[in-house]
Amino acid sequence: MKYVDEFRDPQLIEKAAAEIRRLAHPERRYRIMEVCGGHTHAIYRFGLQDLLPENLELIHGPGCPVCVLPMGRVDDGLKLAQNPQVTLTAFGDMMRVPGQMGSPLELKAKGADIRMVYSPLDALKLAEKNPDRQVVFFAIGFETTTPSTALTVLRAQKMGIENFTVFSNHVNIIPAMRAILDSPEIGLDGFIGPGHVSTVIGAAPYEAIAREYGRPVVVSGFEPLDLLQSLVMLLRQLNQGRAEVEIQYERAVWEGNRAAQAVMAQVFELRPTFEWRGLGFIADSALKLRPAFAAWDAEVRFGVAGVRDTEPGAAQCGEVLRGLLKPPQCQLFGKACTPEHPLGALMVSSEGACAAYYNYHRGPVAAED
Amino acid sequence: MSKTTSIRFKDTQIELAHGAGGKASRRLIEGLIAPILGNPALNDAALLSLDTSSLAFTTDSFVVRPLRFPGGSIGELAVNGTVNDLAVSGARPLALLSSLILEAGLAVETLQAELEAMQAAAQRAGVAVLGGDTKVVEHGRADGLYISTSGIGQVDSRVALSAKAVRPGDQILLSGPIGDHGITVLLARGELDLEADLKSDTRSVWPLVEALIEAAAPGLRWMRDPTRGGVATALNELARETRLALRLDEEAIPVREAVRGACEILGLDPLHIANEGQFIAIVSSEFAETALEAVQRSPGGQEAVLVGEVLEKPGGVVYTTNGYGSSRVVDMLVGDPLPRIC
Repeated sequence: MKYVDEFRDPQLIEKAAAEIRRLAHPERRYRIMEVCGGHTHAIYRFGLQDLLPENLELIHGPGCPVCVLPMGRVDDGLKLAQNPQVTLTAFGDMMRVPGQMGSPLELKAKGADIRMVYSPLDALKLAEKNPDRQVVFFAIGFETTTPSTALTVLRAQKMGIENFTVFSNHVNIIPAMRAILDSPEIGLDGFIGPGHVSTVIGAAPYEAIAREYGRPVVVSGFEPLDLLQSLVMLLRQLNQGRAEVEIQYERAVWEGNRAAQAVMAQVFELRPTFEWRGLGFIADSALKLRPAFAAWDAEVRFGVAGVRDTEPGAAQCGEVLRGLLKPPQCQLFGKACTPEHPLGALMVSSEGACAAYYNYHRGPVAAED
Repeated sequence: MSKTTSIRFKDTQIELAHGAGGKASRRLIEGLIAPILGNPALNDAALLSLDTSSLAFTTDSFVVRPLRFPGGSIGELAVNGTVNDLAVSGARPLALLSSLILEAGLAVETLQAELEAMQAAAQRAGVAVLGGDTKVVEHGRADGLYISTSGIGQVDSRVALSAKAVRPGDQILLSGPIGDHGITVLLARGELDLEADLKSDTRSVWPLVEALIEAAAPGLRWMRDPTRGGVATALNELARETRLALRLDEEAIPVREAVRGACEILGLDPLHIANEGQFIAIVSSEFAETALEAVQRSPGGQEAVLVGEVLEKPGGVVYTTNGYGSSRVVDMLVGDPLPRIC
């Protein structure tokens, strides 16, 4: 596959890994957070941690949409699905996320009309085909997915489809990065910046983070060579005492996608505050539909219960999400909580740190016996 | 299809009465099913003469949607799936029974096409459909057509396949590229707005298995056709049963460009994708090259490869290694990210 294979070339990967080992000063520790769940997944899938020196630690960040969704919002969504008029639609990732009353998949098995869609436009089509049903789209995701939800709302407006609404859980990445930097116990040296989000927002929004917190940010692609090159760039900055924003993912990220930014701004506005799993309430971190689009806002049409849940029992999702614990250090990891029977969302999504760790790693292979 | 000339069934769609056991049922069986599947008197039980001490007996059900997809259809799958379950047990497929569950409202044209697909696949695989059963359920209670087939085969006396026979040092042989079927069906549903020039790999693997047995029977330990859950699931079952490690060479695993591309876009692992015309064989290292050559020489076996080896440790784990010296665990598929595909 051209354009992928060259970023998985064993010789180039080995060369980049050797450069990382050379740059990592043995007397210091490097704690780097990969913000994006796609990066977490790639790191485990390609076994990159095997190639890194022991004093370079990768901390898995909050950039996994279903992972940071608090359980209360899952339950709010499921309450909507209990309305007999409602067809709840969601991405496949959402279907197995446990809420207090079970996961969407479990509720579906009991008869609720919950369907998996591949894009919000599919949900809109479903509404068009079933005018007697109230189709609600359970919208999740960062700036990568928000534009497609916004476009779908604009299309619903244009087509005059009234039985379609959006339950918005869209969030923004920058406030989450700030919240993490404001928690002193996490102690990060720098960030591998999210590649896909940055194709939409560009790299400029990270400038303030680099400046105010003195932490370098390198926006990275998703292939093994991308991630290793980004680590090389971060180590160079750290060794030289620089804290700048650099773009490794140059083939995709420039100034961002102005058209996508415009539709987001047209349809959505900031919520004063929003709860994140593991990070608590963060001001100005999430989006709701603007009053002009209230007709397509599920929270306006149906009202939302506003369920507040505590995390299940002994699960330590919050600590893992903030990088304080590695997935296997959670006392439930691989025992009470597995991809088959997830207790927390991090074990559900393929981008969740726990699922990625469980599926691909579980300790150096040779040591597991 | 010469048999189709004797079709006397004139109805255009399936009604509940066709499953009620009365005259309409009789017309359906005698007028359509029996003429196509080639058995003039489908009875409640089929009689079959066998000269063997060891039989393989298996059953499988097929609920694929859409019913037809590039490279195959539910009727063809229903025959090949059961034939392959027999083949990987080291048994020459002999005969099948088939049960049809029809949804009222199904176009007879569709049913006829699937019966013909079954007959053609059975002919290619060298098995007879000896009998079966037909039921009709109300409209909306099924998805057009479900097929269940049971098959019987004669175990080749030269092989003794068992997970217990697998030893460290054995080699893992894969008959060809993986993921074609699962990705083809996924794309055929038309929900993803993705298109690729790809077709299902559905076929009987018996000719390849037969060549393998002829050439390397003493070294043949275990076989499996990696259908739902893919190669990852089949090998994990073996790893768990044997408490041995299975190491795959990531770069040796054959995957077509279109399948790799679709998997990249959809975030799927080709090792988890279903196949309907491939098998995995564990072969002792001394017979590995002979076995590979025998499969490669058979028509349709050119793309067979040795993809890995059995190791003692870490017990119970399937993992891949790659060209830059790192490894990853390959677990069974959890949940069902894909719609029904077989």
